[in-house]
Amino acid sequence: MLTIHTRYFASLREYRGCSEESLTVESGTTTFQLQEQLFPSELGHMPPIRFAINQEYGIEDSLLKDGDEMAFFPPLGGG
Amino acid sequence: MFLMTQDQIDVRTLISNVQSDSYGALVVFTGMARNHHDGRRVLQLEYEAYDEMAVAIMRSIASEIQMKWPDTSIAIAHRSGVVPIGEVAVTVVTGAPHRDACYEANRYAIDQLKLRAPIWKKEVYSDGSCWKTNNPTP
Repeated sequence: MLTIHTRYFASLREYRGCSEESLTVESGTTTFQLQEQLFPSELGHMPPIRFAINQEYGIEDSLLKDGDEMAFFPPLGGG
Repeated sequence: MFLMTQDQIDVRTLISNVQSDSYGALVVFTGMARNHHDGRRVLQLEYEAYDEMAVAIMRSIASEIQMKWPDTSIAIAHRSGVVPIGEVAVTVVTGAPHRDACYEANRYAIDQLKLRAPIWKKEVYSDGSCWKTNNPTP
């Protein structure tokens, strides 16, 4: 099992009802799988989501490692 | 100087951070909290950010600028939390020996910041609020 620290921002924080969580997931879980688990695309009303692993943008599906921090972003709005 | 702050941005501090006797040009861009959007009256803005990563992105933009326009330097500050109308939401200061590089580097920095920094803006109206998006997700 892996412990993953997750962080949510803006509309995704409001959707989850919290800004961060510490989750236990199965070894072998990937970034896309965790995203789908937390923000199921079948719900249909999700904005396009980007994610960062340990503060670096992730694009491809990759294996999560124990202790990773995975942050989920709706479209940005800074400036 | 690369900063996410809950407090008002002191533009003069950023300027003095960048200023150098070898610079003939200094460009200050400030993004302000505006009182309207699409015909609706905006009462205030609320920014939320992934502070540590936003500052890391600012530093990356600064190193890209030093590659593209050697001899320039830069300071960036962005507010988080409530920003009342008329206050500075973001400031980018660039300094360079000559104005062309100075303007170009400044424009590059604010454009990249809006594209890449994990910062979100909620517009608050008299009858509700809405998260605003800069650009379609690349």
